[in-house]
Formats: sequence, structure tokens, C-alpha cells
Amino acid sequence: MFITALYLSTAVLFLASFIKDKKKTRMALKKSWKALEKIMPQFLSIILIIGITLAILTPQDINNLIGGQSGWFGMLMAAIIGSVTLIPGFVAFPLTAALYKTGAGLMQISVFICTLMAVGVVTLPVEIKYFGLKISVIRNFLAFAFSFVVAILMKGVLT
Amino acid sequence: MITLLKKYKFFLFLVIVHFILILFYPVVGSKSIEISIKSLIEMFIIVPPIFLLLGLFDVWVPRETIIKLMGENSSLLGIFLALLLGSFSAGPLYAAFPVAAMLMNKGSKFSNILIFIGAWATTKIPMLLFEAGSMGWQFMLTRLIINIPGIIIMAYLVEMSISYKEKELIYQGGLSL
Repeated sequence: MFITALYLSTAVLFLASFIKDKKKTRMALKKSWKALEKIMPQFLSIILIIGITLAILTPQDINNLIGGQSGWFGMLMAAIIGSVTLIPGFVAFPLTAALYKTGAGLMQISVFICTLMAVGVVTLPVEIKYFGLKISVIRNFLAFAFSFVVAILMKGVLT
Repeated sequence: MITLLKKYKFFLFLVIVHFILILFYPVVGSKSIEISIKSLIEMFIIVPPIFLLLGLFDVWVPRETIIKLMGENSSLLGIFLALLLGSFSAGPLYAAFPVAAMLMNKGSKFSNILIFIGAWATTKIPMLLFEAGSMGWQFMLTRLIINIPGIIIMAYLVEMSISYKEKELIYQGGLSL
């Protein structure tokens, strides 16, 4: 649904732009293409890295590492796995829901979800390209640390 | 041709890795290719409209507007808009960085850029709905309520950790969308 809205609004805006100013619209298209072309190698590399990591690290492995009574070690593992993998939401949430049902701890699950969302080791090359090494490292490190804060608070609130 | 090869050398290296995997570890290799193709399809669905919108944004939205809405003196409105813009998005985190670069190019305050990235990562609405569906509303809302102040605090921490000069350098880089 969101994708449809995205495409629809893009089409409508382009049409409006084209009616208003053909030259400007052509310039916009040129800029879009140039921006995309510039970052394409990084994007394509990320795709292949996602493939390799997820092929090696199966949901079963994740379950073994962070499921059940894995404790603080499990939390650390959850954070590391969440940081190095890039799993789209529609795959990740059914996985975490299943993990939760089969006995993984709330804190491990929370840390996994948070790092999955906000820490991107795989996407680091793209981030560095736009923001430089220092900012990228600091941002990811803070997000990593904050994931534990979220987990502890979640446990406090929800149990 | 050579510049093209140079640009894609890391990608080509990963393609070779896939060939090696297929040869020596066919199970892992074929699974990796299967997942890569799925992610590739996701990317080709999400990324083109985002970049098309970026192009339009670049030619139609004047710098002054963004400076006013999200610039140095935008205070609470800027924070709110950054959160909103990040939340009403779709796609993986790597698609957020070019958008962030564009906002930077248009004169948005650096902390607002970081808030935007934080929101894109953790409070995207389509993702929240999915999260509520699988983990329950209570889980999703609790995480959301904890994450929003977290995003803002982290953004200011990151901004404080760099010098004015370093920031200038990043902004100059951002000029080349």
C-alpha cells in the first residue's frame, strides 16, 4: 500500500512538474539519474552482502544463539547479529515473533530489533560516502549502545 | 569502461565470491543468490521513485524554504518535521542517506538530518504497523515511545561530537548529491 502511494505521488508530482515547466522537469530527471548512478555500485554491493550473510546465518542459527535462556551473552549476540544483518521488516518481525513464542527473552528480542533497524554494518560504506567515517562510526556506535537501553526499559515496562 | 570497472570493482568481487560459493558450497551459494535476487527486486521497487522525488525536490524546493523549516533556527518545528519526514518513508536504511544528503544540501540543520535518519531507521510507519501485527501493539508502542526521545538525544550527541570544521566538510560533500 505504501509502495503504491509512493509511486502514485511520484507520478502525480512529475506530471504537475512537467505541465508547469518542461525544462526544469528534464533537469530533475537528469539529477535523479546522476544521483542514482553515483551510488549504484554501493547499493548493488550491499544487496550481495545481504545475500551472503543471510545464507550463512539462517533463522535456525539465530534461534539457537538468542533463544531461550541465553542471558547476557544472548543479548550481546542478538545485538551483533542485528548489527551485521539487514533483514527487511516483513521477514524480521515474523522471525522475532516466532522467536518470542518459542521462548527467546524480551530483552534479546528488543536488542535484536533495535540494532537491526538502526545499526548498519553492511550499509556503512554508503553511510561513509555521504557522512564520512567519523560520523558514521559514532552514529552506529550510539545506536548500538542505545539498543541495550531500549531493551532494559522495555523489560521494565512490559514485565 | 575502465572507470566503470573501477567503480564496480567491489561489486564484481562479491559476484566472484558468489561463484566460489556456488562451486564449493552449492547450498549456501544458491541460497545466497536467491536472497540477493529478492533484495535486488526490493531495491528496484523502492529506490527509483525515491531518487525521482529527490530530483524533483532539488529543482523545485528552494534552499530558503528548507533553511526556514529545518535550518539552524528551526528549533522544535525542524525536529518535528525531521521525525515526520523519516516516519513517512519506505525502504531500507541505505535509501535514507541520499535523501539526508539532499536535505543537507538544502541547508537543513545537522541534528535534524540525524533525527531524520533515526526516524527512517526506527519509526517508519509501514514498519510500525508490521511490528504491531507481529509483536503486538503494546510492544510496538513501548518501543516507539522510548525510541523517539532516544533519536533526538542521539542526534544532538552526534552533532556535539564533531567540530564546526568537520561539519562544514560533510556539508560540502553533501553538495554533490
